[in-house]
Amino acid sequence: MAEFGPMVLRVCRAVVGPTAADDAWSETFLAAMQAYGDLRPDSNVEAWLVTIARRKAIDQIRAESRRAVPTDDLPEMPSIHGVPGGWESDLWNALKALPLKQRETVAYHYLAGLSYADVAKVVGGSTDAARRAAADGIAALRKTYLKHEPEGTAR
Amino acid sequence: MMMTIDTTRNGGGELFAALPEIDELAQRRLHARLAAAAHDAGILDVAYRTIDTPVGSLLLAATAEGLVRVAYAREDHDLVLAQLADRISPRVLRAPARLDLAAREIEEYFAGRRRLFDLPLDYRLSTGFRRTVLAHLTEIGYGRTASYATVAAAAGNPKAVRAAATACATNPLPVVVPCHRVVRSDGTVGGYVGGVEAKKALLTMEAAA
Repeated sequence: MAEFGPMVLRVCRAVVGPTAADDAWSETFLAAMQAYGDLRPDSNVEAWLVTIARRKAIDQIRAESRRAVPTDDLPEMPSIHGVPGGWESDLWNALKALPLKQRETVAYHYLAGLSYADVAKVVGGSTDAARRAAADGIAALRKTYLKHEPEGTAR
Repeated sequence: MMMTIDTTRNGGGELFAALPEIDELAQRRLHARLAAAAHDAGILDVAYRTIDTPVGSLLLAATAEGLVRVAYAREDHDLVLAQLADRISPRVLRAPARLDLAAREIEEYFAGRRRLFDLPLDYRLSTGFRRTVLAHLTEIGYGRTASYATVAAAAGNPKAVRAAATACATNPLPVVVPCHRVVRSDGTVGGYVGGVEAKKALLTMEAAA
């Protein structure tokens, strides 16, 4: 768990945002502990965890839309000692603007390190489709996020 | 026609470069929360923590039944945790709450304020004759010693001196189950899972109290 905890947290934060990520992370590992026996010794633990994390993330997103809270004003994450601490809210705002499929493929490939073949298995569809969605997502992030957060000027 | 942008992993990496690989603070908070949730759900099979003592860092691990393992640093705590995952359950989490009582009693022992441990113990890592030997070790009082031969006899097999020594050497609950009080018949201290220095330190401490 110590090994995969940080990775899953990054993925959860990218997919459901910094606030809901705590719940998604906790539920992912609780479910993983419960289902550990189903995991075959030769299986890809990252892909397995990401599959569970995705299910929990979608639960979170559904719950959030049911609650219908205004999500435009996400609370700023306090930054620790002036460095971009828990999570960059600008990056999350840019991620949030992406369609879910793009956000997911970007997170699973770039943050979880899954191959596009594994990403496709998690989100469904073909490997090429996963690759395209991630590429579109990255291109969009470059436009929205990097434009007002040029390289080297991270707060 | 399909336009694919070349996206090797580094292609979008600069976007996430500012993100910390590991967010210590959040990780600790989430870990504590998970440990509590796993405990409530009844799936926290092995909880563990470490404590600092005069004989080094001790790893304490407990099942729902009781303290199941005490390990010296020289046994390699990571290795011990891997063994617990193998032999008991892979659901092993750092969860200090379950070990509060054990930690307090061991700290009191090292402070010279406790002579007897009053803890639920889980002997499942020891079986057969070894387990019988361990059960009898608690009869050797604080500050006293017994020979391996005496221990073998107390366990019901006076000839099994070597087996009694093995039982002590493989004691999964050192300090709490006092295998350090078993010494050789010639008066030398004999071996110890925590190292001879640790054994001498415990015996000296108990003799002085």
